Amino acid sequence: MSENVVEVRGLVHRFGDLTAVDDISFDVRRGEIFSFLGPNGAGKSTTINVLTTLLPCQAGTVTVCGHDIRKETSAVKSRIGIVFQDMVLDRDLTVWETLEFHGRIYSMPKTLRAGRIDELLKLVDLEGKRGERVKNLSGGMKRRLEIARGLMTRPEILYLDEPTIGLDPQTRLRIWDYIKNVNREGTTIFLTTHYMDEADQLSDRIHIIDHGRLIASGTPETLKSDLGTDMVYLVTGDDDATEPLVSAIEGVRSVKQTTKGLELILDEEGGKLLPRIIHAIEDGGVDIESVMLKRPSLDDVFVHHTGREVRDEPAHTNIKQQRFRRH
Amino acid sequence: MGHEFLTVYWREMIRFVRFRGQLFASLVQPALWLLLFGVAMTSNFDSMASGTPAPPGVISIDYLTFMTAGVIAMTALFTSLFGGLSLLFDKNWGIMREMLASPMPRHHIQIGVGLGGVTKTFIQVMLIMVFGMLIGVSFFPGYSAIEVLVGVLGILAFVGMFALGFLFLSATISMRMESMESVQAMMTLLTLPLFFSSNALYPVNNFPVWLQAISTVNPLTYLVNGVRYFAIGSDFVSLGTEYAYSTNDILISFGALVAFAVIMFLTAYHTFNKATIA
Repeated sequence: MSENVVEVRGLVHRFGDLTAVDDISFDVRRGEIFSFLGPNGAGKSTTINVLTTLLPCQAGTVTVCGHDIRKETSAVKSRIGIVFQDMVLDRDLTVWETLEFHGRIYSMPKTLRAGRIDELLKLVDLEGKRGERVKNLSGGMKRRLEIARGLMTRPEILYLDEPTIGLDPQTRLRIWDYIKNVNREGTTIFLTTHYMDEADQLSDRIHIIDHGRLIASGTPETLKSDLGTDMVYLVTGDDDATEPLVSAIEGVRSVKQTTKGLELILDEEGGKLLPRIIHAIEDGGVDIESVMLKRPSLDDVFVHHTGREVRDEPAHTNIKQQRFRRH
Repeated sequence: MGHEFLTVYWREMIRFVRFRGQLFASLVQPALWLLLFGVAMTSNFDSMASGTPAPPGVISIDYLTFMTAGVIAMTALFTSLFGGLSLLFDKNWGIMREMLASPMPRHHIQIGVGLGGVTKTFIQVMLIMVFGMLIGVSFFPGYSAIEVLVGVLGILAFVGMFALGFLFLSATISMRMESMESVQAMMTLLTLPLFFSSNALYPVNNFPVWLQAISTVNPLTYLVNGVRYFAIGSDFVSLGTEYAYSTNDILISFGALVAFAVIMFLTAYHTFNKATIA
């Protein structure tokens, strides 16, 4: 099946004067892991909040399995599963009660609930914690419980908003495994993240979002190979003088001045081209301070498109206080 | 209508019995009030009012019995006004997002929380009545078993309607405000004037006109009327004042509480349907 689970056209969302989401359009295909990669404040959470009906759809259209989010809100709601960015759990309920509550407010019949809870607790390895209060679970276990909860209704699509934020590296790897597992079992996943490695590891397709706009998209591989075979970062005594020198070399696709020096994108293998580049600069009488040759990573892709890096801020500053707004 | 509100109710009840300290306090506090304040005031007021004889054929009621109706009303007010506060916690640290994102119609949240609050209030009110009768409150004087049952059901109907109104008000305040501090300040601002401008502790007949006017729009006054009517009777004397309630008076009182609850329901309904997350 190649149908689209979610189709978004011309989505715009404003908070007063601030345009948080600025005319974005995209499709999420059935069965894929689709991700939004971007820095904090890029518009990822706002988009997810609109797509999950927590914010009104101000302009543009969103359909989930053909249902219009504005006109058929409850049809949309019953087809999606959500793992929120901040922990959304009742600390005083048990693991079982958490899932049971969810199944009941989604009107699932009793026998279906019971079977699904057993199955999901197995999937996220929480079978032994069934009667444990949520407050006694570790951060990773809470996340797994939230993932299980998001899957209770067997949604057409599972939204994961920054699923590993604030978790330690080992726990993050485990959560990734669970996410891959869930996807392998057939659930389409929409992921937002500001972690490059997370997007790279998990996604079938990545959309890079910045300042509320989609600026690049593709598979992790195409995004990287679009940047060329190899990249060279140069720091020289005089970047302005160097630029024309290296641009003239055959095999150098583009040269760009960045805050950290020159960024060269190569169409040929860097190992062969590098001696020629160094020669050309030295012949031009410019000093070379440092040279770095590398394969393009997703970080490079991001820097290339946005002109800056995604800064990995400490996790605790990302846990925003939830704010509720009335209109 | 679906029955998802029962799930919200189920969770409210789990939390009610799970917090042992809170449960214990909520049950002991009204009894303590009755015991200390009631006994202390009774010993004073009864001696002050002892000079006024009751007219023939009208029963005279001691102050303890008179003010027990007030303690019931006060308990209902406090429990229900603070009953919606859990929503503020859910909003800031809990599962409000989960509930708002679910296909469950949002008014189920307020109905579930409302039923939870009414249940807690009922338990407290029953305990006050039992405890009160143990320490000498003469509720249901000379009533037959059937009459006592009718009396209890009548009291619960009044208490339930009153509590629903204030629970919906409390839910609205909790959903509209951001911080715990501002909600608590708001609640405190509401409780004392409501309590002291009502007929819970003393007759309102001798109030100055402006205070009587406030008392007439105070839902607490209507609740106390209903409780006294069902617990004591339609005609009695206490603190030198004669109370005579006609069936009409009682229907009007109940109607006022229903109107209050409906208005508060609609206010909360509107608030929930407009709630978004930013």
